[in-house]
Amino acid sequence: MTLSSVRLSFLFLVLLWSLAVLSRTIQAQENPYIVAYDHYLEEPGNLEVEYFSAFGTQRGGNDFHAFWAEFEYGATAWWTTEFYVDAQSTFGDSTLFTGIRWENRFRVLKREHFINPVLYIEYENTNGADKILKEVEGHDVEADYAPRNAVLRQEHDHELEFKLLLSGTHKGWNFVENSIATKNLSNQPWEFGYALGTSRPLALKASAKRCSFCRQNFIAGAELYGGLGDRYRFGLHDTSHYLAPVVAWNLPADWTLRFSAGFGLNDNSHRFLLRWGISREIPGFGSMVGRLFGGHR
Amino acid sequence: MRACPAPVLASLGFLIISMCVAGQDKARSCRYHWDAQVYAELTKAPAKARAKRNPLEHDPDAIAAGRNLFEQHCTECHGDFAEGGRKGPSLLVPEIHDAQPGTIFWILTNGVVWRGMPVWSKLPEPQRWQLVTYIKSLGVVEPAPALAAPPGGRSNSATALPSPLR
Repeated sequence: MTLSSVRLSFLFLVLLWSLAVLSRTIQAQENPYIVAYDHYLEEPGNLEVEYFSAFGTQRGGNDFHAFWAEFEYGATAWWTTEFYVDAQSTFGDSTLFTGIRWENRFRVLKREHFINPVLYIEYENTNGADKILKEVEGHDVEADYAPRNAVLRQEHDHELEFKLLLSGTHKGWNFVENSIATKNLSNQPWEFGYALGTSRPLALKASAKRCSFCRQNFIAGAELYGGLGDRYRFGLHDTSHYLAPVVAWNLPADWTLRFSAGFGLNDNSHRFLLRWGISREIPGFGSMVGRLFGGHR
Repeated sequence: MRACPAPVLASLGFLIISMCVAGQDKARSCRYHWDAQVYAELTKAPAKARAKRNPLEHDPDAIAAGRNLFEQHCTECHGDFAEGGRKGPSLLVPEIHDAQPGTIFWILTNGVVWRGMPVWSKLPEPQRWQLVTYIKSLGVVEPAPALAAPPGGRSNSATALPSPLR
């Protein structure tokens, strides 16, 4: 990890810590997925600030550490909007800012059903050196990430990404299926991908005492994700796929820690992706902003 | 792409921290403006859902666990004592007190999405029943006379809090 990478990561963490100190405390109930999405949106008016790291092995190149910050805001109970800032550091190479993303999720149905659809639309303005692997789509393969950063950053990606998120919870088990369709606005073909996930809290009943290490605070599961080719070559040929056990620890005071150890399932995939993230929910952020500008939301 | 993220992030951090600080010293004085329609959602629960029995009704730990859950997930909107907050109505009203446990469970599960209450099915069923047990254990507090609803109009919710509710 280079000095710049450490400095940037430190900056993100200081920001998180500051918010934690200054904010009112509640406890989140976050699922452990890092790539897949369930149908639960951010509570209205709350802001969730997240920092994630992804360490990846690289054959034919240097290993890397990609990291990103997310600012997730519950605009309404049916609309969540999120802003990302991405960066990465490749060992023996350089550290660089790799782009921004703006995503929106919309709940479609008013009530809870066995399967709950959520529409997802994201705009990405990234460069080819972006390695956060937040989603795998099209013919993304390990070799794409092998060249040096100076070469990769020449490629600019302006993409619109659409997802249909299907999710349901039954007897404590959450199941998700995400279908991905991405359009590079530089006249590239549509690319497709998928993410599947399942998770469950280690205990379904809450304890009568407040505790950090109670089983109900831990949610474990797994996610499976990969590419499905593009419009002209749809299928599994020349695609990469990952299976990742995941776990989330919902701490009191609204911190959530997530860990994921991803394993590449074919020769096109990175052998190993280790991800972790820390997030902090800030309740009533919208009201704070409203008051800042003289309103009384 | 040439950009230096540090100044941008520092600015953003400063802005967010400022907003948090600005929010700290403000009393939670602005209450949720409610009317009868807020509680009308309770009547929309299907008969099958209303008829569900609370399996944790007699669980000795359910109220304490429910109170913990309420403090973690509900006070932001409904107030520390369930008296109602800026975003959520009071739960210390006859409509809630008299509602069947299954009805409250149904509201927790489905939310009232278009009116701002998120779905809480992400809490496992037993935890939702623990919440129901706690909510049902709360009493009813009449609105303070000065704040009672004027005929045909909106008003602020109850502020006369029961001290021993916690």
